[in-house]
Amino acid sequence: MMPSGPRGGGAPKAVQGRITRISGPVVVAEGLGSAGLYDVVEVGEARLAGEIIRMDGRGATIQVYEDDTGMKPGEKVVSLGRPLSVSLGPGLIGTIYDGIQRPLERLKESSGSFIKSGLRGESLSTRRKWPFAPAIKPGDSIGPGTLLGTVRETELVEHRVFAPPRSPPCKASHVAPAGEYTVDDEIVETDSGLRLRLAQEWPVRQARPARRRLAPSEPLITGLRVIDVLFPLSKGGCAAVPGGFGTGKTMTQHAIAKFCDADIIVYVGCGERGNEMTDVLTEFPKLVDPRTGRSIMERTILIANTSNMPVAAREVSIYTGITLAEYYRDMGYDVAVMADSTSRWAEALRELSGRLEEMPAEEGFPAYLPTRLAEFYERGGRVETLAGEPGSISIIGAVSPPGGDFSEPVTQHTKRFIRCFWALDRDLANARHYPAISWIDSYSEYAEELREWWDRKDPGWKELRARTLELMKREQKLEQIVRLIGADALPDEQRLILVTAEMIKNGFLQQSSFDEVDKYCVPEKQLLILQTILEFHDLGEKALKQGVPLSDIIGLPSRERITRLKGEVPNDRIDEIRAAGRELGAAFGELGLKYEREDG
Amino acid sequence: MRGLEHRGLSRAEGPIVIARRVETAGYGEMAAVYGRDGARRVGRVVDSSLESIAIQLFASNAGLSIDDTRVELLGRPLELRVGPDLLGRVFDGLGEPADGYPRILSSERREVNGDPINPAARVYPRDFIQTGVSAIDGMNTLIRGQKLPIFSGNGLPHNRLAAQIVRQARILSGDEPFAIVFAGMGIKYDVARFFIDAFERSGVLSRVVMFLSLADSPSIERLVTPKCALTAAEYLAYGMGMHVLVVLTDMTNYCEALREVSASRGEVPSRKGYPGYLYSDLASVYERAGKIEGSAGSITQIPILSMPNDDISNPIPDLTGYITEGQIVLDRELFQRGAYPSISVLPSLSRLMKDGIGEGMTRDDHKELSSQLFAAYARTKSVRNLASIIGEEELSPLDKRFLRFGERFEAEFVSQAEDEDRSIGQTLDIGWKLLSGLPRDELGRISRAMIDKYLPKEGDGADEKRSPDQV
Ligand SMILES: Nc1ncnc2c1ncn2[C@@H]1O[C@H](COP(=O)(O)OP(=O)(O)OP(=O)(O)O)[C@@H](O)[C@H]1O
Ligand SMILES: [Mg+2]
Repeated sequence: MMPSGPRGGGAPKAVQGRITRISGPVVVAEGLGSAGLYDVVEVGEARLAGEIIRMDGRGATIQVYEDDTGMKPGEKVVSLGRPLSVSLGPGLIGTIYDGIQRPLERLKESSGSFIKSGLRGESLSTRRKWPFAPAIKPGDSIGPGTLLGTVRETELVEHRVFAPPRSPPCKASHVAPAGEYTVDDEIVETDSGLRLRLAQEWPVRQARPARRRLAPSEPLITGLRVIDVLFPLSKGGCAAVPGGFGTGKTMTQHAIAKFCDADIIVYVGCGERGNEMTDVLTEFPKLVDPRTGRSIMERTILIANTSNMPVAAREVSIYTGITLAEYYRDMGYDVAVMADSTSRWAEALRELSGRLEEMPAEEGFPAYLPTRLAEFYERGGRVETLAGEPGSISIIGAVSPPGGDFSEPVTQHTKRFIRCFWALDRDLANARHYPAISWIDSYSEYAEELREWWDRKDPGWKELRARTLELMKREQKLEQIVRLIGADALPDEQRLILVTAEMIKNGFLQQSSFDEVDKYCVPEKQLLILQTILEFHDLGEKALKQGVPLSDIIGLPSRERITRLKGEVPNDRIDEIRAAGRELGAAFGELGLKYEREDG
Repeated sequence: MRGLEHRGLSRAEGPIVIARRVETAGYGEMAAVYGRDGARRVGRVVDSSLESIAIQLFASNAGLSIDDTRVELLGRPLELRVGPDLLGRVFDGLGEPADGYPRILSSERREVNGDPINPAARVYPRDFIQTGVSAIDGMNTLIRGQKLPIFSGNGLPHNRLAAQIVRQARILSGDEPFAIVFAGMGIKYDVARFFIDAFERSGVLSRVVMFLSLADSPSIERLVTPKCALTAAEYLAYGMGMHVLVVLTDMTNYCEALREVSASRGEVPSRKGYPGYLYSDLASVYERAGKIEGSAGSITQIPILSMPNDDISNPIPDLTGYITEGQIVLDRELFQRGAYPSISVLPSLSRLMKDGIGEGMTRDDHKELSSQLFAAYARTKSVRNLASIIGEEELSPLDKRFLRFGERFEAEFVSQAEDEDRSIGQTLDIGWKLLSGLPRDELGRISRAMIDKYLPKEGDGADEKRSPDQV
């Protein structure tokens, strides 16, 4: 995406101006009157990357994506006459980029362990050759959504090269034969004079078009029980994960990135820790996708603009990520985007807005914060692509509210644009109950739409879900009483609810990402465990009515066994859960008999 | 040195002075400002335009006049001279010698702001550091290359704890070259003296580099102090392959200086008057911890900050917690009960613990045991709340056992003497001993295999009859 290369058809007009003022990442320049808003510029003698974000009487205001220490007024600024864009083509998968799509691995090789200003690197290698198989022949007509050919990008990803979304109708005059090509090689020429390369460019701040939006209809299976059963996300849905520091936003996102059933993952580390990206970089290549048997890095793209990297590039990183996601969506894939953390992105907006001396709205954030949030989340969704296939982008945005207080602007505005809310709870996190997703404060509006899908797969889902939520709500009410008078004062039926709720918490909701067996739970296992626990509850209620004392019910060895099923029974041996359920039934049977006899 | 000079100011307000435009003022470069008194004040160009430049001073502006002030542009950013001779030296908050000895002999100078580490060049930290403090080693393990702050309050024993960590910290795998970098921001001389004595007593003073901007130095000087310290640390770690432990105290003073400057520049404040970029600014300090490829060294940071009003949701601890890899939280109530080190275990956290503990690193039971201790202790806390309402006698027998567990946990596990250096094995064994006071089926976070292997048999809980009170 760097302003250096000769990419991006046509010869845009370069305009030169002069710096009049430098204040942190914001630079003002004069003489750029004929440049466009949001044009990419090269700032100063060091040719740092920047973007024009305002044009007014004082000249052009530019945000600079690199540290501009040492830059002086009077130095030149060159506008390249085109908007900030990303390079799209084979080679994206498995790569780690910074917020403006500089390839971090290549920068490391060329310039060492620290990122200095002015470094450049090709976003896509221009030397690597890819096996291209054409899908059209000369004479075929070409328009938006025409498949030109395919490239095997990784074992998991077939890269489909389409005509650019805005191509006017035309016919292929020349098509490259099957063979090895670089991203810069032309693969199709048209009678209208278009020369299409293997790679394309797209401006990051513009959503890529699709034919139409489709309703979400299928869950994004994450392997996390509390999500898949209680607060499900649909493919193409948007979720927020708000929580104070250390409550588990990043861990939740990592877990989903590892195990969810999306085809492509775009992970945006936006203003967060360097080590977390390193963690992904070292762990993902070693992890095998449970469904395909391949390394999950073969479906992952990383964008890392950590907290100590320039703040303007942090602002763009979100757009860079979502643009890459749209590109793969357009190939008909289900893409999941993790943005950690959208609050840091909002703060980047705030910081830049402050430098522009704009009038602040709530807590110093600019008035356009909600608009920007809406624009971002609206780029998620399930669509019919230009090629007529379904494709989706699910967005999972972490929110880091100051002081863990959800009433702050970013959380509040985000809630307007998402339909799935996984609220992380400080008390759960402190007790190391992970994922610390509150079963009281969280919600998912997708549950209704996903019912049909589950009905086909396992009709038990909706009832299990409803009963569990209901039970947990009752437990919460009872807990309030217990906190005042102790559990002893409750009647046995109510104490049984506490027992069952405790089993749901420990045996179902709690799921450690560090547990080799439990870190990923297939949907069948999820439902079976829950079913077994609720069966315990039903049998317990019945037994109480038969006069069995609660202590005997609690004391059943098969009860303790149930709470351990999650970690003791691997995904491929779930019959053992059924067996445990039968054992439980038998144990209750015996209890019943015992007291019947004693009564008689 | 360029030494381009310029006479006269157009404004002097707080730590910011405005001078008319000077051709060569590069953004972020250093300037020296001389008043009538001829004293040299160092500052940094924070806004540079064709008409004027704004310089943020790192010293008092007293005595600066509009007409008689001279501004000298140094044509380079703030730098620190680095070399092996750093070790054993004491510098002021701006990196100038403060121990009476001359500047170090070295031609190498590094910009104090540093460059961000390329995330692709980091090495994920995994090496367990044994501090000998159970509440840390057992529950919130420190890892080499981690940034793990101490959240404290006025009068709490954070300095003693930090000194104990410095004294006792060691890597189980053996001896490797190490150094300690200490940055004091706005602290009293007594505190600096306390650390110097502590370093001296443990015989490491010759491996310590100190940067001191004491309470009586101008507050804005503090903005530079941690950056100098981390520049020195980076040199020692990545240049010389040392394992560097950096103690930064007190970060609250640093943040307050930042607020002061921001206010005087008329910036839009966010929470509690702190600037909106406090997060990014703190990150530029804390993210300078870690390990990088191709270098044997590492930087481990222990920043200390006092929470205003003991309030963890104050922006300083809050934003710090959002950046660092966990936190060690000290608790006033524990302290008032006379417990040392008064670590409040539940809100404390080490995010790097997961990959640094377990078989081959600490012990195979470490993960499950600590998770169980957390769960049991969290339960204790809610039982305590209940007891405070209905009275301890009214508690169920099971709740009473949790109460007892919590008391012993605080007294025997969390508390220890200031010179007590527990091995990780000792720490874990205490944990097991305490768990044996709970019924076995309350230990749901531990696998049966581990229970069989480690739970003491003579414990008073293991075989007890289950009762309905276990709800
Ligand atoms: N699902 C989980 N399984 C096991 N441990 C977890 C889980 N979620 C969180 N944790 C623990 O909590 C710690 C903090 O989690 P995480 O880093 O995800 O928090 P966060 O909300 O992203 O915090 P921050 O806002 O500061 O980045 C982890 O290091 C881990 O120890
Ligand atoms: Mg996080």
